[in-house]
Amino acid sequence: MKKAGLVFCVVVMVGALLAGCGEKTPSAVRVGVIAELTGDMPAVGESCRKAAELAVKQMNDAGGLKVGDKQYKVELFVEDNAGKADQSASAAQKLITQKKVVAIVGPNATRYAIPASEIAESSKVLLITPWSTNPKTTLDAKTGAPKKYVFRACFIDPFQGRVLARFAMDSLKARRAAVLYDVASDYNKGIAEVFKETFEQNGGKVVAFETYTTNDRDFSAQLTKIRKADPQVVFLPNYYSEVPLQIQQAKRLGIKAPFLGSDSWGSQELIKLCGKDCEGYYFSTHYAPDTAAPAALGFIEAFKAAYGGMPDDVAALTYDSFGLLKQALQEAGKIDRQAVRDALAKVQKYEGVTGDMQFREGSSDPVKSAVILKIEGGKFVYFANAKP
Amino acid sequence: MSYLLQQVLNALQLGSIYALIALGYTMVYGILTMINFAHGDLFMVGAFLCFLSVLLFKLPFVATLVVSMLGTALLGVTIERFAYKPLRQAPRVSAIITALGVGLFLENFTLALSPYPKHIPALIPNVIWVLGGISISLLQVVVIALSLVLMVVLDLIVRRTMVGMAMRAISWDKTVAPLMGVPVDGVISATFAIGTSLGGVAGVLYALCYPVIDPYMGIMVGWKAFISAVVGGIGNIRGAMIGGYILGMVEILVVAFLPSTYRDLVAFALLLVLLVFRPHGILGRPAVQKV
Repeated sequence: MKKAGLVFCVVVMVGALLAGCGEKTPSAVRVGVIAELTGDMPAVGESCRKAAELAVKQMNDAGGLKVGDKQYKVELFVEDNAGKADQSASAAQKLITQKKVVAIVGPNATRYAIPASEIAESSKVLLITPWSTNPKTTLDAKTGAPKKYVFRACFIDPFQGRVLARFAMDSLKARRAAVLYDVASDYNKGIAEVFKETFEQNGGKVVAFETYTTNDRDFSAQLTKIRKADPQVVFLPNYYSEVPLQIQQAKRLGIKAPFLGSDSWGSQELIKLCGKDCEGYYFSTHYAPDTAAPAALGFIEAFKAAYGGMPDDVAALTYDSFGLLKQALQEAGKIDRQAVRDALAKVQKYEGVTGDMQFREGSSDPVKSAVILKIEGGKFVYFANAKP
Repeated sequence: MSYLLQQVLNALQLGSIYALIALGYTMVYGILTMINFAHGDLFMVGAFLCFLSVLLFKLPFVATLVVSMLGTALLGVTIERFAYKPLRQAPRVSAIITALGVGLFLENFTLALSPYPKHIPALIPNVIWVLGGISISLLQVVVIALSLVLMVVLDLIVRRTMVGMAMRAISWDKTVAPLMGVPVDGVISATFAIGTSLGGVAGVLYALCYPVIDPYMGIMVGWKAFISAVVGGIGNIRGAMIGGYILGMVEILVVAFLPSTYRDLVAFALLLVLLVFRPHGILGRPAVQKV
């Protein structure tokens, strides 16, 4: 009797294990999001999460996503990378193996996007980064060839750095520039180098090229050096929690030159942390909420209605990433990781909230325009457009 | 010349903050031969208490300083009572791991309450004097002056008061001091209170100099202050002060004259070399083991 009971238990256990195997048709579209919800840039993660939840809610309210000939509910799984590179990678692992998502959106900052993209690439899962502009995110670290499974919804820094260098020379009439950037972070370093190259190619001189390390708070030594070099513009391609400190310390040291920023300035938190000290400065970014295209107005209204505030560039790009994913799923016709990736690779043009995107053959980086915004009256105001 | 003087001024400001935090490490080590790794996070709590005082009660500078000092002192004494006291006879490793655990607890507790970096409004008016090409701000003067005053006061407490004498007695010989009637528990609590309140002051000053605070701000600064304390001679109060200013000076002057990317590399290499030639730190004495 006891032996029969033991055999019965073993059979039940084996049966339970095997029940997981076999062809299972997915009952929902599972999408993962990795966002910087805590850590050094929680405002970025918060925007990303809100836009993702809005996109998914809109898809589900419309009756679900039609893939193939069935309507599927969209399930969203949001993971926090806590502003750490290793946690980015483990979040990607968790979404791919445990949550079994068909694709991942995020992370946003380049230094977190790169580790996650490597996991996605080796697991052959599609990853779209909304906001990472450094070219390395979609390039294989060893061979330099483009990754097959990593795409982005934004322009890349070789373009952005050129735009800013030309803006500094043409609009700010600067011939002598200084740069202060985070040497430990791929994004800041990459765009600082492009800026320097373009600025010098066009006849300018970079009189100071100073660095600091992530999480540093004291820039007095570097800024004193910059003051000594007497620049006409100071380029600060750094994130929104560091820039206010840099500008305040620079002013305290007596630096009178204007400051110039890149798309990492785009968060409203910058104004909150910087206050009056940031008045009158310019930076480049992905979209301008006050002069957005008709396609964007619907999104902006829905975002305002759901959350109360205006969506920033991270939110808009995340929404576009979901739009790209939706298009890819519908063209693929089935909820399959490889099929979705192949369908996205075939997309040549997409009109999103952040403007027109053109994908060239074999490239996962869209060609898009940038906008220059000015900080005026504590708000971001549209200043100019920069076409590729 | 004015460039060098400006950099020296920057170094004095940074060094003052490192020195204040280093004092906390050194005092606890002197008395308990234990490294309080949670001290960097107590410094962070001091900065957050400053933020809360300004946000909730709109207190002026001196009042926030007092609130931070009292708050961190209270927290330090509580941590000592509940986390370190039960481990006084345990192996050193247990106490260190507990300290690290307390630090992590403080970081994540603050993170749970406030994940976004917060901005501290200026409590000291933004007055800048320009003397011969050097920009001196009122803030810098306050930081340097206040730190020096507190260090002198601490030195006087340790050298001229009964409590100070008791602290020195316990750090000299922990077993015999209680036999002489020294109230060891009380003195240890007082040491923690003073050490952590200095860390709290450093937190407030740091928050005013670099007004964006986040829960992880204490980690790197804590490590650097700990290194300053070791360089100056861990356990030696004057050593901690000197160590703090040395680290501040080295960091700033390296950037002033070499490419700024080499800052941490050169600064820590120099400190390493210093420790090779003087393993007990500048003012430290080799620990004599009496049989």
